[in-house]
Amino acid sequence: MLELQDICFTRENKKILNHIDLRLEDNQFIVITGPNGSGKSTLAKVIMGIEKQDSGQVILDGQYISNKSIDERANLGMSFAFQQPVKFKGITVYDLLKISAKKKINRKEACDILAKVGLCAKEYLDREVNNSLSGGELKRIEIATVALRKAKLTIFDEPEAGIDLWSFQNLIKVFEDIRKEIPGTTIIISHQERILNIADKIILMKEGKIKKIGSKEELLPEVLGKKNKPKCCKLGGDTLE
Amino acid sequence: MSNLEQVDEKLLSEVSDSLENTFKGAYNIRKNGKGIERKITENINIVTKKDVSGIDIYIKENTNWEFVHIPVIITQSGLKDVVYNDFYVGKNAKVIIIAGCGIHNECSSDSEHNGVHRFFLEEGAYVKYYEKHYGEGDGTGKRILNPVTEVHLKDGATMEMDSVQIKGVDSTERITRGVLEDNTNFVVTEKIMTHGEQFAKTNFEVELNGENASTHVTSRSVATQNSVQEFKSNVIGNAKCFGHVECDAILKDSGKVIAIPKIIANSVEANLIHEAAIGKIAGEQLIKLMTLGLTEKEAEEQVINGFLK
Repeated sequence: MLELQDICFTRENKKILNHIDLRLEDNQFIVITGPNGSGKSTLAKVIMGIEKQDSGQVILDGQYISNKSIDERANLGMSFAFQQPVKFKGITVYDLLKISAKKKINRKEACDILAKVGLCAKEYLDREVNNSLSGGELKRIEIATVALRKAKLTIFDEPEAGIDLWSFQNLIKVFEDIRKEIPGTTIIISHQERILNIADKIILMKEGKIKKIGSKEELLPEVLGKKNKPKCCKLGGDTLE
Repeated sequence: MSNLEQVDEKLLSEVSDSLENTFKGAYNIRKNGKGIERKITENINIVTKKDVSGIDIYIKENTNWEFVHIPVIITQSGLKDVVYNDFYVGKNAKVIIIAGCGIHNECSSDSEHNGVHRFFLEEGAYVKYYEKHYGEGDGTGKRILNPVTEVHLKDGATMEMDSVQIKGVDSTERITRGVLEDNTNFVVTEKIMTHGEQFAKTNFEVELNGENASTHVTSRSVATQNSVQEFKSNVIGNAKCFGHVECDAILKDSGKVIAIPKIIANSVEANLIHEAAIGKIAGEQLIKLMTLGLTEKEAEEQVINGFLK
């Protein structure tokens, strides 16, 4: 179980996270959404230890982890997929999968993992994780390295960012599979309706605060702007729905 | 290889590690300035030079992917060894040439090896050339290597050159020259890592004289501690040709890298590119690897190993 207690994060006089309290139970699929600048990505990075909060506590399974480094958190069972996948010179897709797996994996196993994110493995295994790969390819490799860890808490920071529509259709399928196959809690930062649609719980953030938490049935209409839809008025005064 | 002692075998395995000391094809082993072992084959002849120290290697035309090994080992402190090796590669011959120099210096005098290698490729020949430099030993004497490589490519010839210097060489000044005729390709990949007070200087000069001549030079280097590296390149396009030079360097500690690019287009059809990037390891690379469970130090090693792989 992940718990955040009174997390604050201020930069350049802007309160990016403003007294965040949150408890997430195990084995849930959670989507954090909200307008740009509402603090979603910063919150994800604070959980992973990539950013350090000014005050407040991050607690994983009852253990205070605020002072733990990124790798210590990773080894406690946390995993993080970057919004902009990191590129390397000389490190191949296979190298990255081997590091991620933390055990020996053969080429066949690595191929199976890539196939799950929709990549034709033979073509990709020995390619360097660099600019020669497209945004969609890098994103899938990023997701593969994270999904492979089968962590008890996996965070995806805007997985849909920077990929084309075709790749996005496949991405939804990947997340549906992750949901079925990976035990543990998944947190996805997303704006996409189709990702929101597969959530157990949606967290709506605004101006550095958690505005609402609820099921998709409760929150989707508000998030998608279908609730309190502005009414159109006909000339003459009659109201149209 | 009965003339080899234990330290020789270690040096040999460092400069030709994938071969486990079992040389396939022709070879010539040089130790402390003298040839000590040689084998020739039906297609590859090795002849000792008469005027200067060194060998001529003749590869018959149409040879189909045979090996030539020419390792050099130096265990005698204070020795300054200069060797001239010329390769004559016949028409349409395909060959893999593995050179390398290992210096073991336990004493206070400097040990130096200057290898001048010239390659003359006839029409359609294809050479893959691997060169590895390595130094070891606890002596205060410096281990110095100054290789010169000259490549002459005739119509349709290709040369791929791969040079690595990762450990133990105190000072190196490397010169690589290429003269390319029509439809030729010269690909150079160089990897250097320097430590301590080491100094490494690299100088590339490639003349693209023929139609459709092309070259691709990639230099990847890591300068750590107080070491200094200098990378100079000069690609001259005299015809419809293509040249691409990439210089990438990672800095650590107080390491210093100087990159001096030069591209000269003497033809309106010449297409020349130079890219150079120097900097420390990107923080985001370390963070990504740390999210996969590596410590910061392990992440740094992984980035450098990948970069120099």
